[in-house]
Amino acid sequence: MPEPQPQQFQHRTAQPGGADDAPATASKTIKPDRSLSAESVTIARPPRELYDFWRDPVNLIAVMENVQSIAPIDRDRSTWTVKGPGSQHYSWVSRITNDVPGEELTWQSEPGGEIDNSGRVQFLDAGPRGTIVRVTIAYDPPGGAIGKTLAKLFQREPRIQSRRDLHRLKQLMETGEIATSARNRREHAEKSGADKGEQA
Amino acid sequence: MKAITWHGKHDVRCETVDDPEILNPRDAIIRITSTAICGSDLHLYDAYIPSMKAGDVLGHEFMGEVVEVGGRSTLKVGQRVVVPFTISCGACYHCTKQQYSACENGNPADNQDLGRELYGEPMSALFGYSHLTGGYAGGQAEYVRVPFSDVGPLVIPDDSLEDEKVLFLTDILPTGWMAAENCAIEPGDTVAVWGCGPVGLFAVQSAFLMGAERVIAIDHFPHRLELARKFGAETINFEQSKVYEALQDMTGGIGPDASIDCVGLEAHGAFADNVWDQIKVSTFMGTDRAHVIRQAIMATRKGGRVSIPGVYGGFVDKFPMGALMEKGLTLRTGQTHVQRYLPALYTAIAEGKIDSTFLISHRLPLDQGPVGYKNFKEQQDTWTKVVLKPGMAAA
Repeated sequence: MPEPQPQQFQHRTAQPGGADDAPATASKTIKPDRSLSAESVTIARPPRELYDFWRDPVNLIAVMENVQSIAPIDRDRSTWTVKGPGSQHYSWVSRITNDVPGEELTWQSEPGGEIDNSGRVQFLDAGPRGTIVRVTIAYDPPGGAIGKTLAKLFQREPRIQSRRDLHRLKQLMETGEIATSARNRREHAEKSGADKGEQA
Repeated sequence: MKAITWHGKHDVRCETVDDPEILNPRDAIIRITSTAICGSDLHLYDAYIPSMKAGDVLGHEFMGEVVEVGGRSTLKVGQRVVVPFTISCGACYHCTKQQYSACENGNPADNQDLGRELYGEPMSALFGYSHLTGGYAGGQAEYVRVPFSDVGPLVIPDDSLEDEKVLFLTDILPTGWMAAENCAIEPGDTVAVWGCGPVGLFAVQSAFLMGAERVIAIDHFPHRLELARKFGAETINFEQSKVYEALQDMTGGIGPDASIDCVGLEAHGAFADNVWDQIKVSTFMGTDRAHVIRQAIMATRKGGRVSIPGVYGGFVDKFPMGALMEKGLTLRTGQTHVQRYLPALYTAIAEGKIDSTFLISHRLPLDQGPVGYKNFKEQQDTWTKVVLKPGMAAA
């Protein structure tokens, strides 16, 4: 299955002896100043249900830890604000560029945003195991390679974030709730970003 | 409320901490009536398990009374429940296959990275057992928050079955049972059990119930060996006898058909490999002390089964991979799928087929928890099992 590779994200170079079947995101030749990540999770729910949840971006606030707010502009566009390293915030307008109901969505940030990014989420039928939800994100980290390292240090790197986000999505869709080991409401608010509530 | 908290190696305290609250719809709050100190708690006490934080509430063997429920709990206030140490959602792929201790949803997502680094996959959630397993507060406390309370807790309808008869359904009884089940015992089999702590003693009983003809129990504490003998096991005291030689002779030169390592990463004894492992552990070179599993693999007959309920946390040096492969052994291990075994084991207890109360050597009020830990570690021969009772008047 081809990766979404807008012109500006040509990470994969021709490999001697021909390419293997591993996804491009596992390539050893990704340039360090760009970032392309893919994460998959298998969720025991049908593809259509998960697609429907994802299609309404407001739903995603609950599972995306780093996202401060998602404000819909129209059916295909919404303004995203995320937390970066430190207490920096970054915003951009995301536009859905391809929509295959029940199967996949691709998006691209509009010019002028603070983080240039694009990506794709696929909902692949996994038979009795449910759905493989696969997210590919390509982005230019603010601050280049140093910025990416910083983001990793602060655990705000998209790969780490998207993996956690997908597992929160899995928890919510399979169990009806998002697991927390907090002991009480105060601790829970500290862990799950009370500042999100202030902005929402 | 009062709770037993971890503060570092050999430093546990009874402290006042915040009361737990309902946070998710499937939660319940339990008022603890009985809670035990587990042998695996000693691995925390000895600081062998990574990712503990000062102030973590310990305890994963507990039972009590439901005092509050979330909107989607199936429990009712006032019910008496035993709570499995494994936190399992009941809905993920593993839970639907009854592999409850492999549940994918109990461990909070922002807590899964370390497990992925260490083991390739995040661990499932357990009560009171480090942040690798979710960072959930445990049940050596007056109250505990129980997530997925519609899946885990077993309601004990019969008030005539006192706490001490059913408390060990939370962990050690099903753990001993699954350890024996992992041996795929056939009639006529001889099963060797390393370690006669609570899990080992339940494994002895379980192996006989599953049709083993002989069980050979191995330890160095005379009192614990005596308990094993009471259940029909033959014994080897490894301080008096050479284990491999004894097993060979006792099995007519074949070796046991199956072996169970109920010891795990803190094997005792002055064996050369233990000393080497101990040096590496104490210098942070990070290996588990794995004498027992090495010996079990060497002793087990060709085509035999090796079951490991004992806890390991890291890496093992000098693992006899050649013996494992060349003898065609089957190795089975894992945290216990407690929920899978609860109904049948509860029935076995109610019908008097399994006795678990023999284990308990000491009953203490909750605030004596630190004393319980110290003696459970230092006087293993006679302190076989400590039960803490939050309701018990302080001595």
